[in-house]
Amino acid sequence: MDKVLELTDVVKRFGDNEVLRGVSLTLHPHDVVCLIGASGSGKSTLLRCANLLETIDAGTISLFGQSLQDPRIDPDLVRQHVAMVFQSFNLFPHLSVLDNILVGPVHALKRRRGEVRDEAIALLERIDLRDKADDYPDRLSGGQQQRVAIARSLAMRPSLLLLDEVTSALDPTLVGEVLDLLTDLAHQGTTMLIATHEMNFARDVANQVVYLDRGVLVEQGTPEEMFSNPKHESTRNFLERVR
Amino acid sequence: MGRRGLVVSALSSVVVLLVIFAIFWLAPGGPTFRAFFFNPHDMWQAFVGDPQKGLLSVGRGLVTNIWMFLLSEVLVLIFGLFIATVRLSQSPVLFPFRALATVYVDVMRGVPIVLVMYMIGFGLPELNLGFLSNQSPAVYGCATLTLSYSAYVAEVYRAGVLSVPHGQLLAARSLGLTHTATMRRVILPQAVRNVIPPLLNDFISMQKDTALVSLLGAVEATRAAQIYGDTVFNFSGFTVAAILFLLLTIPMTRFTDHLIARDRNRRLATT
Repeated sequence: MDKVLELTDVVKRFGDNEVLRGVSLTLHPHDVVCLIGASGSGKSTLLRCANLLETIDAGTISLFGQSLQDPRIDPDLVRQHVAMVFQSFNLFPHLSVLDNILVGPVHALKRRRGEVRDEAIALLERIDLRDKADDYPDRLSGGQQQRVAIARSLAMRPSLLLLDEVTSALDPTLVGEVLDLLTDLAHQGTTMLIATHEMNFARDVANQVVYLDRGVLVEQGTPEEMFSNPKHESTRNFLERVR
Repeated sequence: MGRRGLVVSALSSVVVLLVIFAIFWLAPGGPTFRAFFFNPHDMWQAFVGDPQKGLLSVGRGLVTNIWMFLLSEVLVLIFGLFIATVRLSQSPVLFPFRALATVYVDVMRGVPIVLVMYMIGFGLPELNLGFLSNQSPAVYGCATLTLSYSAYVAEVYRAGVLSVPHGQLLAARSLGLTHTATMRRVILPQAVRNVIPPLLNDFISMQKDTALVSLLGAVEATRAAQIYGDTVFNFSGFTVAAILFLLLTIPMTRFTDHLIARDRNRRLATT
């Protein structure tokens, strides 16, 4: 089967600080991989490297077999296929909800506005925010904003969706609506790489769970293996602490 | 503020105004001062001018100030944005231009605008560069204002761009927008909202600095008032010029406040 994303011995340093120390990871189509680990373990950095928001210092990352370290690669083109959702939503406050969703397809993919509009409306219906199309993000709750941010990435019809602790900035009562949406996406076969602190969610939707500790991929397995029978001491310790 | 608050603030305003008015009215030199600066006849004369006595109209002079700052404001917005864009560029290839832009901003902000006015107004004609050396003082004035204020406005823009949260850039780039599209669609529209108040500040300052073109011999409102004062020995023309400048700047301030409030309301409004 095709590999959507393949990381091989990826190393990333910020100055003297080695944030990723030789991480290797593979995602196949329709995989949902959850990255777990303490803050500072390198989860976010790994996601950012995967869509070239950061450049890596050693190793390779390939997308559908194409190395992203090839100097002829256009990062903008890569990012059109690899969408990212952030912890802090990062919606564009000067644009209406609808325009937030349209900005990528219209200005990056150069598709006609009228043509994308119907798709955007359909996406808004899917996230139950059709009536908010003309509102500005500041008026929405955190959960609504994050759902719009997810819709904004889906509008790009990405081959891979990167999600960086997308519920960590949310009020606890709003976490559910966002996780429900992600669960739907998982069931529909969206390929996703998810950094998360929500262990129950990871157990329910992931087909692979990856534990990172200080930049090292310690252990990887199915949710059953990882949560019921972790092999490594540090994985066990981490899971006990978050429970 | 309740009803009581309104009454108190109205009363205190009236008292303060009365005190200020009384000081001018009751001062020992009050009558002389009023005849000198607030003579209605002279104010009207200065405003309309009198060609037969060689008196130029302050009102017509103001037209020069107005077209000068309108033209300069447009040019400053464009040139300032250009300088700011160069200063904010990241590409190694553009390093020399970045350095040049930094030097430009330092020099233009450091040299008194009067000196820049002299160098351009008297220097350019000396160069005998055809078109460049054959302009009117008012045009040289616009060039000076544009060159000088672009440095300030470039810094205002730059601060505005840097005030947009980094996450906005990450979100735009991760959608696959190019650097240019990110600036144009995401960063600059937000930066512009942040810079409107400081930008307005610079514009008001520039509107007043259009008076400096009189140093090059152009007749604008303050120069016309000065000619009137020197000829008739009455300074009411200056009062007229001051009032006219106020009539220009105050509506602009209120209009900008209105724009900011409207933008804020729209963003917080629910449909």
